[in-house]
Order: sequence, then structure tokens, then C-alpha cells
Amino acid sequence: MKQILAVDDSASMRQMVCFTLKTAGFDVTEACNGDEALKAAQQSEYDLVISDVNMPIMDGLTLIRNLLTLPNYKFTPLLMLTTESGTEKKQEGRSAGATGWIVKPFNPDQLLATVRKVLG
Amino acid sequence: MTEQIQNMQPQKQDNDEDSQQYLTFIMANEEYGVEILSVQEIRGWESTTVIPNAPSHVKGVINLRGTIVPIIDLRQRFGIEVLDYGTTTVVIVVKVAIASEHKVIGIVVDAVSDVFSVNNDDVRDVPNFGEDTDLSFIKGLTNAGEKMVILLDINRLLGSEVLPEAEQLSQLMHNLDADKQVVNG
Amino acid sequence: MEIDLSQFSQVFFEESLEGLDAMESELLNLDVNNPDEETINTIFRAAHSIKGGSATFGFSQVANYTHLLETLLDEIRDGRRQMTNEHQDMLLLSVDLLRNMFDALMRKIDFDDPLLAQLEKQFTIEIAKGTKGAAPEESDSSNDTLVEQEATGLLHWAIDFQAGIDILRCGNDPYLMFNELRQLGELSVNLAKHSSPEFNDIDPEACYLNWQLELVTDQPLERLKEVFEWVEDECIINYSSSPVMNGNANPDSGPSNIESTEVAIPQEQQGSETVQNDVGGKRLDEAKTSNQEPKPKAASKAKLPETGSIRVSIDKIDLLINMVGELVITQAMLGQIGQQDEINEESFESLKQGLEQLATHTRDLQESVMQIRMLPISFAFNRFPRLVRDIGQQLGKKVNLVLKGEDTELDKTVMEKIVDPMVHLVRNSLDHGLETPEERLAKGKSEVGTITLNAFHQGGSIIIEIIDDGAGLDTDKILSKAREKGIVGQDEELSTEAIHKLIFKPGFSTVDAVSDLSGRGVGMDVVRQNINELNGSIELKSTQDKGSRFTIRLPLTLAILDGQLVRVGRHIYVVPLVSIHESLQVEPNKINRLSDGHELIQLRNEYLPVIKVYQEFCHTADAKEIKDGLVMVVDSNNEKIGLLVDELLSQQQVVIKSLEDNYSQVPGVSGATILGDGTVALIIDVTGLVSLAGITNMKEHAA
Repeated sequence: MKQILAVDDSASMRQMVCFTLKTAGFDVTEACNGDEALKAAQQSEYDLVISDVNMPIMDGLTLIRNLLTLPNYKFTPLLMLTTESGTEKKQEGRSAGATGWIVKPFNPDQLLATVRKVLG
Repeated sequence: MTEQIQNMQPQKQDNDEDSQQYLTFIMANEEYGVEILSVQEIRGWESTTVIPNAPSHVKGVINLRGTIVPIIDLRQRFGIEVLDYGTTTVVIVVKVAIASEHKVIGIVVDAVSDVFSVNNDDVRDVPNFGEDTDLSFIKGLTNAGEKMVILLDINRLLGSEVLPEAEQLSQLMHNLDADKQVVNG
Repeated sequence: MEIDLSQFSQVFFEESLEGLDAMESELLNLDVNNPDEETINTIFRAAHSIKGGSATFGFSQVANYTHLLETLLDEIRDGRRQMTNEHQDMLLLSVDLLRNMFDALMRKIDFDDPLLAQLEKQFTIEIAKGTKGAAPEESDSSNDTLVEQEATGLLHWAIDFQAGIDILRCGNDPYLMFNELRQLGELSVNLAKHSSPEFNDIDPEACYLNWQLELVTDQPLERLKEVFEWVEDECIINYSSSPVMNGNANPDSGPSNIESTEVAIPQEQQGSETVQNDVGGKRLDEAKTSNQEPKPKAASKAKLPETGSIRVSIDKIDLLINMVGELVITQAMLGQIGQQDEINEESFESLKQGLEQLATHTRDLQESVMQIRMLPISFAFNRFPRLVRDIGQQLGKKVNLVLKGEDTELDKTVMEKIVDPMVHLVRNSLDHGLETPEERLAKGKSEVGTITLNAFHQGGSIIIEIIDDGAGLDTDKILSKAREKGIVGQDEELSTEAIHKLIFKPGFSTVDAVSDLSGRGVGMDVVRQNINELNGSIELKSTQDKGSRFTIRLPLTLAILDGQLVRVGRHIYVVPLVSIHESLQVEPNKINRLSDGHELIQLRNEYLPVIKVYQEFCHTADAKEIKDGLVMVVDSNNEKIGLLVDELLSQQQVVIKSLEDNYSQVPGVSGATILGDGTVALIIDVTGLVSLAGITNMKEHAA
């Protein structure tokens, strides 16, 4: 089973993402911010990380930069959850090393389509 | 009378299941039944804490494992002569739905009698004693062997507003008794 | 996949309301002229999260509105726009508005406050004013129209895909992209000419390959671009299309195919250089999505929570788990003793020990469970910075609010009920306590007044203080007003303390004219009553021109009460300790009987009505006359009255149980409790007992 790490400071978004992915048969771990996510990522290996961008303590971009320094995450798809107003964020995300993004608002189907896009 | 007997033939309801279990108890030589599903437990009489200014049939409250439960004397409620509580006096703790709320209430009866199944087809309607009297707290009448059992609708019985005054009620019980003779005879 | 989004609504509402609280307090903390980056970021994040969630879960009204907030805040955050006081006000109003919107959502009613349209307009105008030299947002729509018009006839696409060297390192796998394309139509993939470095220079993690892709599809160019959306910046991708010549295409669509090719080619030429346009199109798409009405299904299925929830820190839960663990060990130990055939001296010792442990654990467990309901009072304090700012501004007063003891914990229910009285008191301090800057300067005080909210634990109670350094109570005015109203006799002299207490009298404070006093105004009796209902008390200390201090004392929880056990005949009742002043035996010559049968006792220089508890409760008592029993002087709505009982028993903490759960409300009784011997005792509701006794206006009686 594919392991996914879902990172968002909003509990409702986190629940929605997790519920959707779990229902689709993925194994999902939750984290509330970049710092928690980084710790989780160091402890076990995930096949995909989906992260919100704007979070307290450690934001999504810093998380991605940090993840890419870990040998295990060199080729791991890293998806950002972003909003339309974050155009520059997308650019920043790309340069930080994110694989791609999912634009909020998204529905469960869109989320799954995107996840399948990177997990095959 | 013949007409009334006609009326008592089963007319309605095959609701959910064909038969239901009833716990019966004795009070002033009458046998009453309550649905066993609403019965939580049966206890001996214990002294209660009196509630100030409560109606006389409310004997007070007891501590039932941390919950405050009111105790109601059914004899007094029915306007039957009151007995002193003795060692055989029993409290049946029932769970009732009153105005969509669940309440746990204890009812004092003379003694517990039996548990038996009643086929819904065997439940007869209560005879009509006139339009003024609301007997909806009686679900119906049935026979258990030789005896006639009055099946009570516990929710209506304890949701007090539908109950007639005690005096009126005792008269009704009396009539019911007379009527029963006819049925049995 | 069918996923019912409404299941996440409740969590979303809760976190959004928390977000609004955070937003509000940060806004109030904000130094508008020199905003702290992190503060702005926190405010932005709150708006941002609410927008994202509301759009996702289908609350379009909230989403549209927060989008405006977010846009403005984003510009402030980037430094494109200077924060102004006006922004701060608009944002604070938005916090209120959004709270109301969420309230409406939770109650599933329509929200149609005209303020919404008004603020929306204000934000739109503000945003349209433009930023420091930034271009207007909406770009050329002609391009978007083109996208719309794009034909969907079957086309043969040739895609030249020169992968960027780093795409693998970003987790993008060309293989997966090709797979995605394959789902759109018939695809052939050919490796194109590419140049890789000398073998020794090859970086195994880099991608040096180029591909030539051929795809026959009826999907528009946009859809194809979507596949490469994430890599289009680092890869060179050229698209060209031609109509499918032979075979399956519908002859009728032929001409339109050609037409669309002509349209598509300029589009494709723009392709590589126009990220801008691409983004514009994307924006439009998203705007469309968020403007859509919420899916009716999600909206109608949303369920209102019947009970509130509470957030409990993990620490508290861990503690509970630990204790339950200890309890299990003790249980096992006692169980072992129970299995022995006989009790000898040794096992009796361990039995005693076990029972002692059990008692300790049970007590600890009870305390910890109570702890779960405890929240820091900062939850209640948080609203005051805003309140003080707004009212201070309105009144033209300069106020500094000091919060102390914000970590002090109290029961959630008590907290919810104490907020209103506190608001009332703080308003009063602002309104009547603090002077205007001019007055203050004239008195030689600093022109900025200070209001302090302080909370701390004392014994089993929590003390909340509301302190101002304002004018204090004008005792002369209060006294003359009270004399005028006939509350105090013309010749009666009162101590300062007694005069202060007058403001809590119903007859006194409901008089409108009082609010023009420099003292305290309207509704103090209501405050008093609300606090009494919580089994709490309120005291006032005031010094003229120095200020006032209101001290509220509350039980830590509503579930537990300090009670005095009393006996009336064979019945035992509990009287809340907090309402008892004193208990005494009354000499026959201090008892007066009124014509209506009520009796008064003289206590020092006061006359108090006495309620014979046994009479009101229809019990048989030992002491039928006042002189034979004990009179307990208690407080009911700040009036002293006497309760006649037979005997005082012990004082103890009791756990309050509801009578209403299984029975109904009983006049004069507020609840029940279970005593040590397992029997039930009823708790007397003093105020209820007073109305049961038919004493409507005690002053009339006493006069």
C-alpha cells in the first residue's frame, strides 16, 4: 500500500484529504505543519507528500526544501496545496523542488486524479 | 354488552413483530403487564428522599448507581387503597420516552408475577367507557391462562398529562374488572 | 468517488471560528504604522485557511468574501500595499461579519446582513485602488475567449518534448505523463535526438532525454498542457496540430477542424512564452469554480451538532490514562485478595492498603476528569481587547487594557456564563469609571486610563477582578439618589461599604437617570443575579478618584458545590455555602409578625423576612416557630433573608446531580446530590424558595 504524508494546518482540510485518500486505499499519515511533517518523514518513508503551503512554524516550501536534502526523498513526488492567489507561490514551489500542485478548492475526485498522476 | 364484546375483537395492528414479551405484576389482585424491553431492573423497596410539594403518588427520589431516579406509587396513581410497603413490595425501574426525552422512573407495585409472550393477535382493545375518558395508557387486554392481564403503555402511563384523575381511574379499573367477568364468562 | 463533504463541516466551522479569534487578537495587537511581519502573516493565514476551506466545502458566500480579505492581506504581506487604520477597521468588522456568517451556516439559515454587501463593496473599491504601481489583475480576456472557443474535433497533435534536466529530481516522471496522455487518445512515443554529456560527466539523477510524441485526440490544447503543467517552465514543449485526414472523423466537422487549427496555431505559438496568459486562463477557471453555488447535497446534508465539543490537551488525557492504569493495578490487587479462601491478618492489611489506594486513585481520577472541562480563562479574556478598543474609541477615552492570570483555568460552562457579566462590568468601567483624557489630566492622572482583568485561584474558587483607575464611585450622589428613590431612609446613615452595595439593588440600578451619575449605571443587579446563579458572589471596593475593583468569586466548576447540610424534620437539604452569611438563634423579642402572616426578625439594625422551610416544603419539622429553631441568614438577589431550619449538620463538597433528567424542575430546589451514605439530598435554591414563599418585594416587607 502506498504511504502518503498529508500536511495541513487546517484540521478540516486534513480530514478531507485523509478521508479521501484512505477511502481510495492509501495509507495516510497526518501532520499539522512542516516541522511535524519533516519529523514524520525522517521516521518512515513516504511515497508521496501532499503539503499545504502557508502554515505556522514551518511552511510548505521550507518543508519541501528540507525534504529534498534527505536522501530518501530525492525522487519522491511532493505536491503543494495552493490557492489561485498564490501564483508566485507556484513558481516558488517549483523552484523549491515541488513536483506539482493541487489548486484549492479541489474536490475529492480532483485530489485523487492528481495523486494518481504522480503515483501512477 | 354484546356490542362491546364485538368491539373487543382484534381489529388492527400487526406492527413490527408478531409477539412481544411482557413482565406482569400484581396490584390489588389485578395483573398488569409492561413491555419487558422497557424494564431496566427490579428492586426491593427502599426509603426515598421526599420531593417537596410533589403529587402524593411521587414517593421521592432514590440514588440508582449515581443517577437520581423518581419513584412513583402506582396504587396511589390508580387511586387504589394504599398499602404499607413491606418486604415483598417491589420497584420496577423502567425507561420511558416522555416528550422525546428518555427518563428512568421506578414504579412501586405489590409484587412481580411473570414474564410471558403475547401474540399481537391476542391483544384486545380496551372497551369504550365513553368519550371523556382517555384510556390510551392501556394498550389492550389479553389472557394469560385463566387470568386477564391489562397491558400498559408505560410511556403514556408515566407521561402524566394523559392520565385521568386518580378517582376517575379507580372507577375505570372497577368497570374494567366488571367487563372482564363478561369476557371470561 | 462519492465523498460527502458535509462530514467535515463541523471541524471546519470550529477551526474557522478559532482562526477568527486569532485574527481578531492579532489585529488588535497590530501596530498599524509599523506592522510586524509575523502578525500580518498570522492574520493572512487565518483568512487564507477560511477561504480555502469554505471553497472546498462549498460555502461560497464565505469563500467569496474571504477571497477579498485574502487579496488585500496578501498585498499588505508582500509589501505591495501599506496597511492603514481603515484596513484594520474593515478587517475587524469582517471578523464579526464572518462569525455571523458561520453562525448562520451552523444553524442552516440564510445570511443576508446588508453589511456583507457594504463591506464587500468597500473591499472591492479598496483593492481596485491599486497597489504601489502594480498592474490591474484581470488580464486580457480575449485569450480566455479563445480557450472557450477551442474546438473539440479530433486532431492530430505532434508534441515536441524536451525534458528539463532536473525534472526527475522534482519527482516528475515523464513515463507517468505519457501515461496520462495515453488516456486522452492514441499516443505514440518516440525518443528524439538528444545530447547527453560525456559518459564520465553523466549525472545519474539528471534527465537528458527528448521525446517526440504523437497524439490523436479530441481534447483541447488546454487539456494537453495540463499534463505538463508542472514542468512547463523547465521543459521546452512545442505543440502543433493538424486535422485528422483519413478515416473516422465526421465529414461535417471537417471545415470546423480547419478553422480551429487556424485558431489553435497562434495559441500554440504563444505557448512557450506566455506563462502570464496561461495563468490568466487558470484564474478564470478557478473563479468559475468558486462562484458556483454550493452543491445542494452537501448543504442539505450538513448536520448541526447537538452538543458542543471541547478540545483537551494530550497532557490531560495522558494523565487520565495513567490514573486508570493505577486503578487497574489496584483492582487486580484487591481481586487477588478476594480470591483467597480466608482473610488472615496479612491479607487484611493489604486489603486495607488496597482500599486506601483505591480511595486516592478515585479522588485523583475525579479531579482529573473535572480537569478536562477546564479551560484557561484567556478564552474569555480574549474578547476584551477588541471591546475596550471599540468602546474606548466611541467614548473618546484612552485606555490601556492589562490582562493578568490568563492561564488560570475554569470550567467551560462557568466560563461561558461569566463572559456576559464581565462584559457588562468592563463596559461600565469604560463608560462610568474611566474619565476623559482631559478630566484625567486635570486630576493629575495620566491621560491613559487602565483597566485590568485579573484571574487567580483561591481555595476551591476562581477569583476574577475587574479593576479600573477611574473616578471611583461618588458615594454622595449614590446616597442622595437612593434617598430620593426611597431605597434608603432620609435619616439613615450608611457606611461607605453599604453605599457601594446599593448599586447592586434592583430598585436602584434599573432607574435610567442613574446612568448619568459618575458612578455605576444600569443593570448591576442583573450582573449580580447572573453571578449568584453560578453560585458565585461579587464584591466592590472603590475609592473616589482612585478607581474601583470588582471581585467576582466563582466555583471552579458547576458540577461541584460547597454545601451546608441542614435538617428540617427528617429531611436533609444542602444549602450552597456561598449564599450563607451567618446562622443564629433568634430571641422571641426580635421577632415581628406582619398582618399577612410573614414574619420578620431584627438582626442588628436590619429587618429580615424569614422563610420557614418546613412550611414551604410541606414537611413536619421540630421547630415550628422561629424561636425554637435556627435561622440561617442567606442571600437572595443581594437581599438578606432568613431560613428557618431545625439544625445545621456538616459542611461538605457535594457533586451536583440533575433532578430534571428523570423527573422535572422542583420549585425551591436546584438539584440533588448523593451523600456519603448513598442517600439523596436535595439542594435548596434560595431564590426559588423566596418566590415560592410569595415574598415578592422584600423591601416592602422590611419597611
